[in-house]
Amino acid sequence: MSERVLALIDGNSFYCSCERVFDGRLAKRPVIVLSNNDGCAIARTAEAKALGIGMGAPYFTIRDLCRREGVAVFSSNYALYGDMSARMNEMYRSFSPDVEIYSIDESFLDLTGFTRRDLVAYARDLRETVRRWIGIPTCVGIGRTKTLAKLANRIAKSIPELHGVCDLTDPDAYDHWLVRVPADQIWGVGPAHAKRLAAHGCETVADVRDLDPRQARQSMTVVGERLIYELRGISCINLETVPAAQKGCAVTRMFSSRVESLPVLEQAIAAHATRLAEKLRRQALGTDHVSIFYHTSEHDRGEPQRSVATTVSLPEATNDSLALARAATWGARRLWRDGYRYSKAGVMTFDLVKLAFSQRALFDGFDRERSTALMGAMDACNHRFGRGTVVPAAANVERRRSWSHADTALYDPPGRAAARERLGAMICRVCRS
Amino acid sequence: MLRLARVVIYAEIQVPLFGAAVCAGFPSPAEDWIEETIDPAALLIANRPATFLMRVDGASMVDVGIFDKDIVVVDRSLDPRHGDIVVAVVDGKRSLKRLDMSGDVPRLSFANASLPAFVAAELSDALIWGVVTWNLHRLRTR
Repeated sequence: MSERVLALIDGNSFYCSCERVFDGRLAKRPVIVLSNNDGCAIARTAEAKALGIGMGAPYFTIRDLCRREGVAVFSSNYALYGDMSARMNEMYRSFSPDVEIYSIDESFLDLTGFTRRDLVAYARDLRETVRRWIGIPTCVGIGRTKTLAKLANRIAKSIPELHGVCDLTDPDAYDHWLVRVPADQIWGVGPAHAKRLAAHGCETVADVRDLDPRQARQSMTVVGERLIYELRGISCINLETVPAAQKGCAVTRMFSSRVESLPVLEQAIAAHATRLAEKLRRQALGTDHVSIFYHTSEHDRGEPQRSVATTVSLPEATNDSLALARAATWGARRLWRDGYRYSKAGVMTFDLVKLAFSQRALFDGFDRERSTALMGAMDACNHRFGRGTVVPAAANVERRRSWSHADTALYDPPGRAAARERLGAMICRVCRS
Repeated sequence: MLRLARVVIYAEIQVPLFGAAVCAGFPSPAEDWIEETIDPAALLIANRPATFLMRVDGASMVDVGIFDKDIVVVDRSLDPRHGDIVVAVVDGKRSLKRLDMSGDVPRLSFANASLPAFVAAELSDALIWGVVTWNLHRLRTR
């Protein structure tokens, strides 16, 4: 079992809690927040859940209920949620030297080195400080791996007696909860996996942990195998491999060395945005905003510290690497200031929509048909020759391996001047190993 | 009422501070000199994650120099003390009040001679949202 200690902290009914911070009248009322274009409920307070409002419930099906029960209904305000999220993460960085943002309201904090008894007190202090300073109620799950931290977080949320903190690095708690929590509560176990687990006779998380990893690999692929190791406390999940959740996702990285120049930062941001777009395309999801952040390191004591974040809105939802990279680098450029040594940057989105059903912009929309063809070609190349083979020129990141490469244009639909013009802006580097 | 201003506080700008205080009484013969530089954002915002800017709507606090349309800097991480100007939530509504802890029970008061002194008998039905640390008041009319 690893000695690592990871905490997952997340906001309770985050979007609703953000609205509550600024309107005292909402304290005891049920609150819901609707998705883009007011389509369906994407955040619900406990009171709203108690009324039977399901996650993703289309608004027209619950409109009468909301009126009757006095539910406060909000359109999503991503500028506000993004600001509150940035505040929380800035605070987390004073509690942990290594913070990994997973989504708008979920972050992993590395707490390795704390002794177990301090750990729970520390987590309580963290929760209390977030609640006081920012006004958002949170829960903290602590474990040896990300899967265990996530599981602990779920337990902390559902058991009021735990007062928002569950620590699975405590062997007693670990033994106590794993035999009690149903297997389908494990992070990443959807209905399909749950069925397969049930077929293996797994009812609880402990049953899953005790499966033979090699057998699990045969029936549930490498994902199932990794899950078992994670539950045993052996870390093997990289956030990169976790598919984009409907509530948004993030691509963040530490720089290999400190970044002091804008072009290098822009390149990293563009690369992150490209990865984000790939994640979205894999599930036909899109986003109409992109949030970026970058900051210096708490490890560089005595050096000037700076941390910035902003959210850039797009005219309509897209998963086009070029559109997202352009928006993200624009945001990064606007916040740039010389004289700091930045250690980490990230690109996030907070709400994803099924692209096929999303509302189109009246003006300044994207050419989706062309984008689909271009991105399709890009993904096909990357699939065939390895990730990062074809990337937007802006994201032309330094590679560890040396490549024999040729600068060439990737995709030129014959006779389409506009497409060629676009290619001018995107000279792709095609590399073959 | 208080409306939340869009809070993006990233414009670090260093501005020289003149050492001799600006005289607001009789002029002083001392010469001005530059003592240090000040980052106005850092001066106003001691604890960024916990700081919110709000636009004032109304005249209930004119006696402490907070006027309609001013912008107040609110820090939620501070412990409220006697005499503080605070953002209070009374009956679910957010408003500016002065905190009076001189009596047996803490009380919230307006700061406008033409208004009744106290709004809430005690703090049990009110909540302190944050402490006002600065007020930004525009002097030159647009």
